[in-house]
Amino acid sequence: MDLSAINPAVLIASLMVAAVPIMLAATGELVVEKAGVLNLGVEGMMIMGAVCGLAIAVEAESPAVGFLAAAAGGAALSLIFAFLTQVLLANQVATGLALTLFGLGLSSLIGQGYVGIKPPPTPRLDFGPLTDIPVLGTILFRHDPVVYLSVLIIAAVWALLKFTRAGLILRAVGENHDAAHALGYKVQRIRLAAILFGGAMAGLGGAYISLVRVPQWTDGITAGAGWIALAIVVFASWKPWRILLGAYLFGGITVLQLNLQAAGARIPVEYLSMSPYLITILVLVIMSADRGRAALNAPAALGRNFHASR
Amino acid sequence: MFILEKRPTPSRFWTAATPVLAVILTMIAGGLMFAILGKDPVEAIRTIFWDPLFDPQFASYSRPQLLVKAGPLILIAIGLSLGFRAGIWNIGAEGQYIMGAIFGAAAGLAFYPSENRLIFPLMVVAGAFGGWVWAMIPAILRTRFRTNEILVSLLLVYVAQSLLASMALGALRSPEGGGFPGSRNLSQWPASANPELIAGTGMHWGVVAAFIAVIASYILLQRHILGFHIRLAGEAPRAARFAGVNPNRLVVLCMGISGALAGLAGLFEVTGPAGQISIDFNSGYGFTAIIVAFLGRLNPIGILLAGLLMALTYIGGELAQFMLGLPSAAIQAFQGMLLFFLLAVDMLGNYRIRLGFGRAA
Repeated sequence: MDLSAINPAVLIASLMVAAVPIMLAATGELVVEKAGVLNLGVEGMMIMGAVCGLAIAVEAESPAVGFLAAAAGGAALSLIFAFLTQVLLANQVATGLALTLFGLGLSSLIGQGYVGIKPPPTPRLDFGPLTDIPVLGTILFRHDPVVYLSVLIIAAVWALLKFTRAGLILRAVGENHDAAHALGYKVQRIRLAAILFGGAMAGLGGAYISLVRVPQWTDGITAGAGWIALAIVVFASWKPWRILLGAYLFGGITVLQLNLQAAGARIPVEYLSMSPYLITILVLVIMSADRGRAALNAPAALGRNFHASR
Repeated sequence: MFILEKRPTPSRFWTAATPVLAVILTMIAGGLMFAILGKDPVEAIRTIFWDPLFDPQFASYSRPQLLVKAGPLILIAIGLSLGFRAGIWNIGAEGQYIMGAIFGAAAGLAFYPSENRLIFPLMVVAGAFGGWVWAMIPAILRTRFRTNEILVSLLLVYVAQSLLASMALGALRSPEGGGFPGSRNLSQWPASANPELIAGTGMHWGVVAAFIAVIASYILLQRHILGFHIRLAGEAPRAARFAGVNPNRLVVLCMGISGALAGLAGLFEVTGPAGQISIDFNSGYGFTAIIVAFLGRLNPIGILLAGLLMALTYIGGELAQFMLGLPSAAIQAFQGMLLFFLLAVDMLGNYRIRLGFGRAA
């Protein structure tokens, strides 16, 4: 095994790329959960985004159009979830699972014609001379726009939730929907908007996998990233900046195990590839074992449906 | 606009009628999907739901397949339904199914090529144990550290799949396989085989186990205090607490039972229809069983019927793939759609729909 082949600067740069899909999806899910809705369909929305993004990007020969289509695809799927849980008051856990099962099937149906086709490459953002700074240039200034966008979105969500009236209303709906309703806020409409945002973000995250990370279409391409995004939200204890931390941690493990595989580590490949999931479980356990913090930060109305009786 | 009005008690009529309504709606929506794919919708629906049972050409092959496919689905769904009723969400049955197969096959292959009759029973026990162990991880983490069992059980599916790949390529690989991945053929080794018990019916030990599980779970839920506690914990958690129901004990029990049943299903599959441990012998039964459990309204008899119906969509789907060139993914989407419609019409049992204007938000 040759560890010297692993360059730390490249490693950090590639972990930032590996973290993007989960970061986007987890940020979306954070907003959804802050509104008191538990959407377990992240995996399904991500893979729909992945297939829509790839298909449209190939047809339009533009990755930007692909990303937009992916956001639309994810949001469209989340609309089904919103209709079932907000209008028809279906169980959120079961509906989320249905979303994932349906998304996996539908995506492989759509993706059939696109197996093995390379999407148009997503160009790097040009920073001019900054790119050539040793180490720092590699880490910070050689990425595509989505990498920066994902961090900007986290900042925007943080600012929205913390400093704006809209954020306050969103949190009120998630903490106590009856009180929010009594104050005259339209609980279902606010939740619908949050769910659609979550769907669009998951779609973007999925498209980043199929357009940049992999970049091609195979069935089940998201490989559990949606579930890891859900876990990252718990890890972040519903705080936007910690999603960045969680996603980078996870991205780091993914990249490290891939590098170890490539460097020919003596651990079998299968055990390396299961490590991200195991570490996610470990992190979940550590976070939830701390009784005070985990219980305090979870939105109080999470997963409960709202029915206005009066 | 319409508004929903909560019924004082759930409607008995709609509780029974909603699954049927959901199936009909799915057929309509599925027909639309098939039409978009350029297939004749009526012919596609007939090929999926009618031909496997009644077409003179295919029925003799398809009918036995019905029990082969329904067996594992019912077995897993029965276990899941107990937890779902109590609000315990084990959605990692796929992983428990894989682990059951690995444990069972490993226990059997340790004695290869002995012809002892006790090998198969040993494998059955090892299979149930494997599934149970895998389900105990989320259960213990939930009771000890309050970790969300939904996420842990699901993430463990990916771990189990990696383990399966490692077993098929490494520890359990057949020494006579010429380097190809996959274990020895368990269905051709008499000591471990899980054969068709009555020729031409598809009945194997897994199907027998599924029927036993249906009856046992019916008795458990209707007649046993534990079944009452499970229902109570799901419908009124606070009342259950006052009645002295220990929620942690319930988590361990429900997860354990569902894990063991999923493990059994995996073992019966790998010794019978699948034949060997291979990288992808698991065909998503653990996830489809979630649909089966809901379609059967978490009721044992309902699950029996739902399992048979779901098995029919698998067989009919294969037939439609062969006859009409319908992609196999279309069937997966079709099954997902069924769950959507089921959840959508579910509220008819608990709510009345009234026409009215602008009263509620």
